[in-house]
Amino acid sequence: MKIEKQITSGQLDFTFTRRAAFVSGVQAAIGLTVAARMSYIAVADNEKYKLLAESNRVNLTIIPPRRGWFIDRFGKAIATNRADFRVDIIPDRLTKKEETVQTLAELLALSTDDVDRIHRELKNAQGFQPVQVADGLDYDRFAAVSVRLPDLPGVSPRQGYSRFYPSGAAVGHLIGYVGMVSAEEYQKNKKPLLITPGFKVGKDGLEKTLEDRLQGEPGAKRTEVTARGKIVRDLTTRPDTPGKPVQLTIDIDLHNYAARRLGLESGSVVVFDCLTGDIITMASMPCYDPNSFSDGIGRVEWKMLNSDDHLPMLNKALQGLYPPGSTLKPVAGLAMLRQGIDPEEMVMCNGGYRLGNRVFKCLGRHGPVNMTTAIMKSCNTYFYAIGRRIGYDNIAPVARELGLGQEFPLPFPSQRYGTVPDSAWKMRKHDQKWTESDTLNAVIGQGFIIASPFQLGLMTARIASGLNIQPEILMRKRAVAKPLSFPKAHLDVVREGMNLVVNGAGTAVRSRLPFENITMAGKTGTAQVRRIAGSQRGQSGAWKYRDHGLFVCFAPVDQPRYGAAVVIEHGMGGARAAAPIAKDVLTFIYDRAQAMASLEALEAGWGGNIEQRMAAKYAFFQNQPAPPPPLDPLA
Amino acid sequence: MNGIVPAPIAALPWRVIFILMALVGFGATVLYSAAGGNFSPWAGKHVMRFVILLGMVIIMSQMKLEFWKSITLPLYLLLLLMLVVVELMGFVGGGSQRWINLGIITLQPSELMKPVMVLAAAWFFDRLPPSRIFGIDAVWPLGALLLLPSALVIIQPDFDAAIAYAFGLGVVGFMAGLPLIYFWGAGAGVAVLAPLVYFFGLKPYQQDRVLIFLSPENDPLGAGYHITQSKIAIGSGGIFGKGFGNGTQSHLAYLPEGHTDFVFATMAEEWGIVGGFFILFLYFLLMRWGLTVAMQSKTRYGQLVAAGLTCTIFFYIMINLLMVVGLAPVAGIPLPFVSHGGSSMLTMMLCVGIIMSIERHPGAKRGQFQ
Repeated sequence: MKIEKQITSGQLDFTFTRRAAFVSGVQAAIGLTVAARMSYIAVADNEKYKLLAESNRVNLTIIPPRRGWFIDRFGKAIATNRADFRVDIIPDRLTKKEETVQTLAELLALSTDDVDRIHRELKNAQGFQPVQVADGLDYDRFAAVSVRLPDLPGVSPRQGYSRFYPSGAAVGHLIGYVGMVSAEEYQKNKKPLLITPGFKVGKDGLEKTLEDRLQGEPGAKRTEVTARGKIVRDLTTRPDTPGKPVQLTIDIDLHNYAARRLGLESGSVVVFDCLTGDIITMASMPCYDPNSFSDGIGRVEWKMLNSDDHLPMLNKALQGLYPPGSTLKPVAGLAMLRQGIDPEEMVMCNGGYRLGNRVFKCLGRHGPVNMTTAIMKSCNTYFYAIGRRIGYDNIAPVARELGLGQEFPLPFPSQRYGTVPDSAWKMRKHDQKWTESDTLNAVIGQGFIIASPFQLGLMTARIASGLNIQPEILMRKRAVAKPLSFPKAHLDVVREGMNLVVNGAGTAVRSRLPFENITMAGKTGTAQVRRIAGSQRGQSGAWKYRDHGLFVCFAPVDQPRYGAAVVIEHGMGGARAAAPIAKDVLTFIYDRAQAMASLEALEAGWGGNIEQRMAAKYAFFQNQPAPPPPLDPLA
Repeated sequence: MNGIVPAPIAALPWRVIFILMALVGFGATVLYSAAGGNFSPWAGKHVMRFVILLGMVIIMSQMKLEFWKSITLPLYLLLLLMLVVVELMGFVGGGSQRWINLGIITLQPSELMKPVMVLAAAWFFDRLPPSRIFGIDAVWPLGALLLLPSALVIIQPDFDAAIAYAFGLGVVGFMAGLPLIYFWGAGAGVAVLAPLVYFFGLKPYQQDRVLIFLSPENDPLGAGYHITQSKIAIGSGGIFGKGFGNGTQSHLAYLPEGHTDFVFATMAEEWGIVGGFFILFLYFLLMRWGLTVAMQSKTRYGQLVAAGLTCTIFFYIMINLLMVVGLAPVAGIPLPFVSHGGSSMLTMMLCVGIIMSIERHPGAKRGQFQ
């Protein structure tokens, strides 16, 4: 190395100068890189970063739209919105879960059922989906949470609106209820509105099916916020557009009365306008209270509803299917008249009818009866005899024309349409021939035939007016209904039979309307739940084996306006359980004071009105262990 | 300078003092805005520190070059000792500690070691006979100089400081004329070792920093937040900025460390790239001054120290700016003379003071009479 090169300090000086120049070049290059990069960010991407800075700075709070109201045919409120204060938890922002919930429970005096529900919902919640802590709060409690907000990350107190159903449980099945958007619903449609605290969607009934009309357009509140979420000042605010109100054909006063009048029974009342098809009342009890359901469903509440053998989750008017029993005799009558049977033809009733070696029993020994008397007395023998003569394939089309076995385009989440059997149906369904004993069963509304209270009400309304009315729940102008295919003479025979049931010597004479000039015509029905075994005729024993009580009716007899059906599950008899309710409900239409008086007397014996009875029941259940409710109670 | 200004004052290196005053003044303006239009807590202190340290720097500039040469080794050893003490204090106190509290000021030996490392390297090359520059004698002492303090700071753990030492030493060695093959070799070595260090040497939070630098969008709310918010601040500022006092990123606290490591982003949001170019221009002047002093110095020690310290200042500027614009991983290195912070200001001013001293005493060529 020494031989190759002798380095002097002069050479090193030269090296230094060269290398210093190189270093300054590197420095300049890095400086230019920074300048170029900065220019790129600030000029080329300026728009993008401006937007990002703005979205940092501005917190867009969605104002959930107020839901459209439900009003009745006279404009009376069925579902409204109540201004209130509410508190929610945003799970993603929550840091200390246990402590936060506990603090809230103390501040808001939450019940253990509520705390339990909040924990459960938090476990299942996803990200920014809010979990409701409480709504309907007064200002003091709301303020108590608001001032402690810095210590409670993830808690969102808001002023907003909550759904209010003045009628409570009475409209639960009709209107449904609202609730927070479920995780699945949010997965399907990731609109930010859906996870805005306080925003709820319809979960059942009309609330669910009319969601689009009711929802409205959200507003937006813009605020300037710091990185920690502290609000610096309010910017512009766009108000929400409330959803459109929906007017129903329901007369809410009558509906509420019917629901209350059902009392402790499990049953339903449907009242139609005979001339238009408007559904004036469709009550199904017992029912959950949509007000408390809309707050989220608690463990105790769920147990209370779930352990009830009266099935409070089922809309019995549309989804309950029952053998119609003798309420179907007017239908059979119309079919017989169409087949040319003389209504004055007498059939001898000796308490039964022999088919082969089997005797089909009648409820009594009616002696010689014609058609009107047969309807009045509900004589099975007459209908067995003539029904067998004309055959059921001639009766089924009449039942269908009157609405049985039919589904109607109504905005309800589900309706069941039952069965009107005939020989073709039986062959298709059971691969068996139709027998004469099938006819005998079907003609008195037993056996294969099943129908919903809604259909029975519509059937009666159609018989009463003779018009092919279509059921309607939404108030709107419609074309006048066309007449049915039955001649007036035929209808008059059947109507007269029904008139005699109540006003003659029939099965429901004790349910005559308490008016001089207004009368009601009807038909009782008692439907067996299981085969008559020995002495037990479904009139005693365990509740769930007792006969159903049915009653269909229309009024006034001379100028029919209202057609109705009342079905009381396991009520043991139409005359006994259903007809008195129908009588009171129709009385309410013409004389409210008188109807209310009889209701209040009854309620005194039942332990209060619906609300009071449910509160008492809730208090009872509160002290019992209860498993948690499912995520979607209606699934 | 005519008779109006007294000679001692006129003799001060005003060129560099103006550059520094411009940087500190602009920095104070940004800090004033970042505090929401307040001198406290940052801008006032920033200026105050500068004024005090400027006094120190002027005193330092009076020192002869020989003085620095004579205290280089003792200083180096003293700092090494202090690093050990800090380490022991941390060990006793149960946790890592980087500073010694002397009551009046807190000393961070790992920070002070950065300029002293340059002095030590220059001192070594000054003593090394020119003919030995290609030999092994030129290398192993450097290794020893670097290894001891690096090992001590890595335990802390402070990788940034160790890298800064290596950088200072490397620059001095490069300027001193070490064969280029060493630097190619070192480059290749880093390329091989970097993945190994990444997987086995770095703590998880340090690995995160590297990962997030490579793709900040993957974790916008976590560790990538700093870089993302910094880019938003700079990008939204545009050409002329949002105006003094109008930066939303800094005022609403979206930009973290907006008064220290990310002060450049705070500035760029309000002053735009115009303000950025202004700062870059001032740094250009500062670097030019430092390297000019180095070129004009007649002694090898002076040359190497001036160039090495200039590059130390540059190292801070480079790492900080590349980080702020999203071209380097997040490292806790402030922007010289602009960021708020006493420790780094002290180091930077020490560098400037020694360079000033070299400017004042360029010395004479070896073999010439002084």
